[in-house]
Amino acid sequence: MLDRVIFYFFAGIAVGSAALMVTRRNAVHSAIFLIATLLATAGIFLQLRAEFIFIVQIILYVGGIMVLFIFVIMLVNLDVALHQIKFARQKWVALVVALALTAEVGVLFWTTGKMPGQGFPILTAAPVNRLPPNAEAVAKSLFSSYLLPFEIASVLLLVAMIGAVVMAKKRT
Amino acid sequence: MLPVGHYLFLSMALFLLGVIGVITRRNVIVVLMSIELILNAVNINLVAFSRLYGDVAGQVFALFIIADAAAEAAVGLGIIIAFFRNRETVLADEMDLLKW
Repeated sequence: MLDRVIFYFFAGIAVGSAALMVTRRNAVHSAIFLIATLLATAGIFLQLRAEFIFIVQIILYVGGIMVLFIFVIMLVNLDVALHQIKFARQKWVALVVALALTAEVGVLFWTTGKMPGQGFPILTAAPVNRLPPNAEAVAKSLFSSYLLPFEIASVLLLVAMIGAVVMAKKRT
Repeated sequence: MLPVGHYLFLSMALFLLGVIGVITRRNVIVVLMSIELILNAVNINLVAFSRLYGDVAGQVFALFIIADAAAEAAVGLGIIIAFFRNRETVLADEMDLLKW
């Protein structure tokens, strides 16, 4: 019961702020609502007992990426953009695409409910007191099975860092 | 844990809102933020199935996706700054140098 209340609380905040983020005209407001969505998602992660992802989400997404976004919003002059049309011309195309995706996923959910034995697995998750300590389990998996992807991710971050510095540098 | 369908519905809703943002918004910064929303929706799926199967591999992949999102945001915002320096705009439909 408590699980359900927590889930619906955070899910409501996440979806509501995401809808506001897409529709607000001011980019700073969009960034604030995106931060609310990311924090609510972090709550969902905690409800799923993924403590390490929860902390990483808050430190890296909210503390790192969103600060970067807000810096760039302040560097870029937005007063011009405020007085212009918010949505691009392909608004109706977007509506059709979104409706098609919704219909597709809805049909998927509907049919899987009808057919027993097919579709999503109806498993019961492991009880909470049987789960290993989360950060420890993630670290073991990350540094043994997924060591090579981990190193490749570090190279990717190095490339992205160099790329961002070169891109944002003033031409001399 | 709730049935996994709840998490899939939440993830689908966030994903669709992100897609709508990417397609409709004119401000490129908001488009980048919508992409972050999409990546976040994928993370919910990964962590939910990781919890369902009791396997931390899903959480490891969620970590990789977060690292990717950081790299993508850094490069994308660098491109936006470079573009703004040249053209004085952040609106997607005024970025038409390659269009004729």
